[in-house]
Amino acid sequence: MTESHIATEHAAGHPALQHHFENMEQQREAGTLGMWVFLVTEIMFFGGMFLAYMLFRSAYPGAFVAGSNHLDINLGAINTGVLIVSSLTMALAVYSTQVGQRGMAVVFLIATMVLGLTFLGIKSVEYRDKYRDSLVPGRLIPGRPFHPAVQEHGAPNDPHKLHLPEGESVKHVELFYWIYFALTGVHALHMIIGIGLLSFMLYFSLRGRYSPEYHAPIEISGLYWHFVDIVWIFLFPLLYLLGRHLEHGG
Amino acid sequence: METAIRHSSFTIYHSIYHSPFTIHHLPNMSEHIVSRKIYFAIFGALMVGTAATVGAAFIDLGGHLNTVLALTIAVIKATLVVLYFMHVRYSSRLTWVIVGSGLFWLGIMFALTLSDYWSRNWITPF
Repeated sequence: MTESHIATEHAAGHPALQHHFENMEQQREAGTLGMWVFLVTEIMFFGGMFLAYMLFRSAYPGAFVAGSNHLDINLGAINTGVLIVSSLTMALAVYSTQVGQRGMAVVFLIATMVLGLTFLGIKSVEYRDKYRDSLVPGRLIPGRPFHPAVQEHGAPNDPHKLHLPEGESVKHVELFYWIYFALTGVHALHMIIGIGLLSFMLYFSLRGRYSPEYHAPIEISGLYWHFVDIVWIFLFPLLYLLGRHLEHGG
Repeated sequence: METAIRHSSFTIYHSIYHSPFTIHHLPNMSEHIVSRKIYFAIFGALMVGTAATVGAAFIDLGGHLNTVLALTIAVIKATLVVLYFMHVRYSSRLTWVIVGSGLFWLGIMFALTLSDYWSRNWITPF
């Protein structure tokens, strides 16, 4: 083969084929692998925070259960459902592009973004409740330091008060809320970045850039979106569910 | 002369790059399109898993069983997402290696850190 032969091969190829790749298959494979390498760094990034959660939970189990039981399990469960549906619509957006149904791809991309925004909306309702109950840790909010109302033992149930088992320190509940806000905050930031990525995908899809031959950007954005979903799949049971069976028992 | 040298180095590069063993001749390279049926089945499994994990959270299973069950369901859900929504099941071996290495190093971080913290009370200080 000669140099001119390669030039011809590229000229005959897809316009999106970069000069340093042999063909579209190789280009797609390289892009997907690159995204997975990035996601591995993300696994380690979130892994460190999950590890912190695990260590402190094993050190102060009672305080963590008290903090966890004060989270709104209904909103958490609804948000889990919303994210899983958004992963389905994202997968269908990739599928529609793969089979050349551009209109459906646009619909599914919009659906995914709307579901992502719904998740963030529900999350902000939860954050507002934590603000109301003075459960934002430290002195992040001026004039509202971490100072939850703690329920007296044997008093009638008050959903706005913290049920702290005897012998547990409010300081350790505060630690739970540091971890809660760090993990859910960074997760929400990833959601915002994901919605930003998808808005680019939507714009380029509307302009007709993607086709069954070339759609690696949508595929790669999908990988990111599903990864953020997976993080929440672990966050939901760890933050909201563990210790639920001990509710008001301790 | 200069042109000749440039041309010969190009030929060497080119003969390596276009050898019969370059990656685009390997199997596993063509894109596999996952059917919608599989996507909906996985979606159903994920929703059932979520309902199961919420339901089980309110039942006292004793000991650490609640934690074990919740994390088992979460791992199964995550695996389904990785294999089907993220297409890893149909991806190249190299993708498997990268995903596996990520989990392996995560395991190292957890194993070494927890073996330290959880074994600190096992011995009495001198």
